Amino acid sequence: MNVNLHLWLIPLLPFAGFLFNGVLGRRLPKAIVTAVALLAPLASLGVVLNAVLASTSSAILPVTETCPLRWIDAGSLHVNFSFVLDQLSLVMLLVVTGVGFIIHVYSVGYMSHEDGYWRFFSYMNLFMFFMTVLVLAGNALLMFVGWEGVGLASYLLIGFYFQRQSAADAGKKAFIVNRIGDFGFLIGLFLLLANFGTLTFSEIAARLAANPGWTGGILTAIALCLLVGATGKSAQLPLYVWLPDAMEGPTPVSALIHAATMVTAGVYMIARTHFLFDRSPFALSVVAIVGAATALFAATIGLVQNDIKRVLAYSTISQLGYMFLACGVAAYSAAIFHLMTHAFFKALLFLAAGSVIHALGGEQDLRKMGGLRKHIPITFWTMTAAVFAIAGFFPFAGFFSKDAILYAAFLQGSGGKMLWFVGLVTALLTSFYMFRLWYLAFMGESRSRDVHPHESPWSMLGPLVILALLSVSGGWIGISRFGAYLAPSVGAREGEGGSFQLEVLLGILAVAVAAIGWFIADRFYRQRPESPAQLAASVPAGYKLLANKYYADEIYRATLVRPLLAISKFVLEWVVDVAILGGIAWLLAGIATFGGAILQRWQSGNLRSYAAWLALGAAALLLFVLFPHVWGASGIDIKLAGH
Amino acid sequence: MNSTLHLVQQEVPLAWYLLLSAVLFCLGVVGFLIKRNLITVFMSIELMLNAVNLSFVTFAHQWHDVKGQIFVFFVMMVAAAEAAVGLAIIIAVFRARATLAVDRIDLMKL
Repeated sequence: MNVNLHLWLIPLLPFAGFLFNGVLGRRLPKAIVTAVALLAPLASLGVVLNAVLASTSSAILPVTETCPLRWIDAGSLHVNFSFVLDQLSLVMLLVVTGVGFIIHVYSVGYMSHEDGYWRFFSYMNLFMFFMTVLVLAGNALLMFVGWEGVGLASYLLIGFYFQRQSAADAGKKAFIVNRIGDFGFLIGLFLLLANFGTLTFSEIAARLAANPGWTGGILTAIALCLLVGATGKSAQLPLYVWLPDAMEGPTPVSALIHAATMVTAGVYMIARTHFLFDRSPFALSVVAIVGAATALFAATIGLVQNDIKRVLAYSTISQLGYMFLACGVAAYSAAIFHLMTHAFFKALLFLAAGSVIHALGGEQDLRKMGGLRKHIPITFWTMTAAVFAIAGFFPFAGFFSKDAILYAAFLQGSGGKMLWFVGLVTALLTSFYMFRLWYLAFMGESRSRDVHPHESPWSMLGPLVILALLSVSGGWIGISRFGAYLAPSVGAREGEGGSFQLEVLLGILAVAVAAIGWFIADRFYRQRPESPAQLAASVPAGYKLLANKYYADEIYRATLVRPLLAISKFVLEWVVDVAILGGIAWLLAGIATFGGAILQRWQSGNLRSYAAWLALGAAALLLFVLFPHVWGASGIDIKLAGH
Repeated sequence: MNSTLHLVQQEVPLAWYLLLSAVLFCLGVVGFLIKRNLITVFMSIELMLNAVNLSFVTFAHQWHDVKGQIFVFFVMMVAAAEAAVGLAIIIAVFRARATLAVDRIDLMKL
């Protein structure tokens, strides 16, 4: 069946918004900037919803739309601007445009007093453009364009307050760390090209399907290279260090880019190229181990952070670890399910945190909050929904998706049991630090001085309420229906000895663990508020290790940044730049200057010296011509005298 | 062949004409180089031109070719034009700088 869904509008509308606000926004009144900035993603969302309606009424997926103009046409390499809409990209698009639009609305309230309002919204629209290109891309190269583009938008938005040194540094850090990951992605692309001769996902999948025996080997290498790219973008070990610093950006940016959408691009990419990972058990187990390790590692750091946004940043890293864990046990639909619910509740957490920060006039330190429940009730209740969702309480959204991941891991043999256990411990830690945040911010007495918290405007509260509803109900579709829907895109998982009873048992266990986390947080931060300090004092080494984030930044600085800077300084700057390049330049300039200084003397302006040189030149020329005849083999004698 | 010319050629060898031409030319060159007065320098140029004219005429006579004599007319014509322009320049220079010393007319440099 042939339908025209106008997929190209989905990215191009936000791009038009970016161009409009980016070029004209400075001179236009705020109302027009706001209208354009909101209408662009809203229109994209409309196109996506139209596609949803069209695809539910009749089975048309996957739809491919190709631009008639070829993009690259070199030798045997042909790359098109082709967009593919299948179940996977449709779900992802719904998340990106839906949550993206909600966060745009929130930003109108949050950023209303900021300078560079138009700049902020043009960057946000630019991000929407690249993110939708990434999601819709029908080949790996177009995906890479979106991949780099969201990195650029992320860099611009982290450094939005570029007058602040820390924000500018954080932007650079995010960009450089992502560049390391992108390098892996690029090598993966080259390997794909060398081994398949194409970068189109469907052609690669078809080639693999035609060779069922082809496993491991080069496929493992490609999958691992792609994984390196995914760890950079999705902030997994060891490339996670940029994400906590990315909190320097405005809070809506943290919600949209560094929680809900961009950082999940790595998970999306693995799901998109799952046919490669499926052929390499080794690469899959690496994905699972990276995910589980990151989940646990980031959760432990999150336990002791005092900056409200940093707690959420580490929790994002940890939740992304869950998604990688799901990918690693080939439960791609569970990964995308968690991606979706996480987008709801983590966007909500960040936006609510932004509302808290807004209420306190910019205060981000949890130790200076407290007692906000009475002052900002709507923020409190929406935040509560998000906390319960991320902690994994039934029937909030996080329960269903996290449970699906843990269940899938549990069924994955003996190694899977280890992964499941790590996931369960992480769930405990997650529940604890989220309730810690909840208690510190909203319960007890206010610890802030002379600040009168005020509830945010409705442009901010509306998005909070919508996201709260989604955080509660987003998981009710259930993993089995969700998985069945995604099956044409990412393949179905065969049930391996699982049963409904086991799933229920594991679910109850997960909720019990979450309740334990809540209980501990309750004991620590409500009943005996002095006990956390006592515990920290009793194990000072452990506390310092966590509070300093395992000294990861310090270790990276000592082992990577410093040596690299030293090499740049000594080898690249002094030897290559100053000595070799500079030396050559100085030499050439010196020859020219010196030669000029000498030749300049000829241009004396003295007529007679010119004439003398002329005469000398003429004499020399004459000598040159006559020399062989005069002193040579007496060729022509000057016997003109007579004959 | 014209007998009168033949007689002249017999009396004065060709080389003498050429030697005279060369001596005149060198005098012109030396005068150009060592004289300080612009008018003298100018006259030296005329001397060189006429030395060349002498060679032209000599060779035209030697090879019985009229082209050399035609060249002489060209040179004389150019010399006349040059004399007109050159003297005008000299007058202009003198009016502007009140001197005709070549060494002091040295502003034409970068």
